Amino acid sequence: MPSFLFWLFAIVMLVFGALVVINRNPIASALSLVVCFLGLSALFMALDAFFIGIIQVLVYAGAVMVLFLFIIMLLDLRAEERRKMNWFAFVGGFLVALSLLVQILAVIGSTRMAKQTFPPLASPHADDVRNVGLVLFGNYNLPFQVIAVLILVATIGVIVLSKRQLR
Amino acid sequence: MAITVPRPKLTWFERLYLPAIVAGMAITLQHFKNMLLGRTKVTMQYPEQKWDAQLPEHYRGAPALVKDEAGRIRCVACQLCEFICPPRAIKIEPGEIPVKDRFSKVEKYPREFDIDMIRCIFCGMCEEVCPEQAIFLRKDYAITGLTRAEMVHNKEKLLEIGGIMHGVVLKWNEKK
Amino acid sequence: MNPTTSFVIISLLKIVGIVFLVILPMVSYAVYAERKVSALIQDRLGPNRVGPAGLFQPIADAMKFLLKEDFTPAHVNKFYYWLAPCLAMVPAITTIAVVPFGSTLFGVPMVIADINVGVLFVFAIASLGVYGIVIAGWASNSKYPFLGGVRSGSQMISYELSLGLAVVPIFLLIGNLRLTEVVRYQIDHGWMVFPFAGDWKNPAGWLLAVPMWISFAVFAIAVFAETNRLPFDLPEAETELVGGYHTEYSSMKFALFFLGEYAAMITGSAIIVTLFLGGWHFPGVPDGSHGWIFGLINIFVFFAKIAALLFIFIWVRFTLPRFRYDQLMRLGWVFFFEIALVNIFLAAAIITFFDR
Ligand code: SF4
Ligand code: SF4
Repeated sequence: MPSFLFWLFAIVMLVFGALVVINRNPIASALSLVVCFLGLSALFMALDAFFIGIIQVLVYAGAVMVLFLFIIMLLDLRAEERRKMNWFAFVGGFLVALSLLVQILAVIGSTRMAKQTFPPLASPHADDVRNVGLVLFGNYNLPFQVIAVLILVATIGVIVLSKRQLR
Repeated sequence: MAITVPRPKLTWFERLYLPAIVAGMAITLQHFKNMLLGRTKVTMQYPEQKWDAQLPEHYRGAPALVKDEAGRIRCVACQLCEFICPPRAIKIEPGEIPVKDRFSKVEKYPREFDIDMIRCIFCGMCEEVCPEQAIFLRKDYAITGLTRAEMVHNKEKLLEIGGIMHGVVLKWNEKK
Repeated sequence: MNPTTSFVIISLLKIVGIVFLVILPMVSYAVYAERKVSALIQDRLGPNRVGPAGLFQPIADAMKFLLKEDFTPAHVNKFYYWLAPCLAMVPAITTIAVVPFGSTLFGVPMVIADINVGVLFVFAIASLGVYGIVIAGWASNSKYPFLGGVRSGSQMISYELSLGLAVVPIFLLIGNLRLTEVVRYQIDHGWMVFPFAGDWKNPAGWLLAVPMWISFAVFAIAVFAETNRLPFDLPEAETELVGGYHTEYSSMKFALFFLGEYAAMITGSAIIVTLFLGGWHFPGVPDGSHGWIFGLINIFVFFAKIAALLFIFIWVRFTLPRFRYDQLMRLGWVFFFEIALVNIFLAAAIITFFDR
């Protein structure tokens, strides 16, 4: 992929990621997150991982964020917009994030593994849907099934909880 | 008193709804097909086709002033129509007929005679009340204009629509 | 000319050709068709003043939309108010990128982007379409648009599930998500709605017709719901919500919503045609490698099929009454979702049993 496209999408991601935090309006935050996901999916696609990229859009941007948006709209969070900025918390949070970033950079910079370049994938037009499926249902069949059961249990739990509240 | 309307019990076949949907679709398709084949009667295409030939005798269109055989405006500016007109569409400014005139006995004539066609409701009261039978409802119905001023028919316009009316009253000819 | 440059130029030509020269005129004429067909169904004549049989009516409509005052109410959230119409229009047109609208023309494949997750791409982009509506409803800052936006959001999410599940049997059968492969398979083995057409004697084909028909029905109905068409047009139900999410919009911004709906209809039909009705294939017509005239015929066949589906869209709209909202949700979650799910097992069983 042309590197300028990589930089473009990376910058889009970072800018909108920051906007998620900076925006005072919850809806604007949610929408910034959607744009951030779109940038991420573009980066995945640039690596020829079409399946992951598309799923990123389909699941996160298309379904999860819509639900988020919904909840935000229904709650009508006007108070958040009017609230005063707490400068002390702002500066503190910024410093924590900065120190974390410095730490990560220091760790990555000091290992040799970070400096290696990866060989290109065997075939850039591999049928990644099939490959993902084979790996998921072959090598990792048991963990996959366990996760499925876990999610099912979580779903049932949510239903039970919400029903109880109604009564 | 509340009345409980019993819900009809639907059979499982009816509860599928599909037969009803298919039947409905068939009906609309039938209409579509009949229209395409030109079997359905449709409304008249107004500006191209007109209904004028079928207008009934009693049709009430635009009110208009008429002249008699001698070319005299029949209206004597008595203002009865102005008085009776329900929406007050008529405005008359009477004038005096000079003594030398052949019809000086009539005494008055309308100097101005305006009917505001935005107001007129085509009720025909003016025609009914007029003692001189000078105002008639004609069959013109397409009265249009781009401005309010255009919609006010003045005397010339009214006479143009009205034309000459023969017969009916001839009283001023004899009274010399 | 190096391969990259020529690839870019050919892609641009395809995008411009298909979007601006085919889809957009088709959108405006879909509006004309809607008015004309609805008129004929209701024993009226429909538009017949501008040009012969009113054929230039779309141009007059476009002029009217352009010349109307573009009014922005004072109480709206300006930025999102302006953003929403674009968000409604863009996804509808973007989905056409992966749909093969013809075989080949002068050796160039007639598909803008032949990616290996074709149908997932369509679903992903289509799922973004809900943002335009939800944001329009929220940014308008008044109750009817808001209700319309919320309704439409929940409706689209509900029916996306059935939409996604309904196509699984096809991909179980083909084993490939690439839409060009789907069309190729249908040419060899008969259209998806006639899976027995390729081999009349094989009982597998006849048995497969059952899940395919169920898939087709569920998918088509879900497309109706996704594009907010009657009988599922609750987001804009004019009798209860005035205009739904576009109540506060005027002029060209309203036109974008309006055209977005029709563009979504066209792309939805394009997907149905590609997945179930053989794409650009017509029995007896060879593909574009036998001469450019056949390539053109293939493209024409594809759009003729879309036009036929559009007619059905309109026909249904002017026949069926609107669903109540709880009925709509129940239908989506309790009925179509389950049917699509069971259908997957049915198709899988048939496919494994006959080992197609
Ligand atoms: S028709 Fe009726 S409304 Fe019209 S001018 Fe005569 S009296 Fe007035
Ligand atoms: S009632 Fe007749 S005569 Fe009297 S003013 Fe009216 S039109 Fe003239």
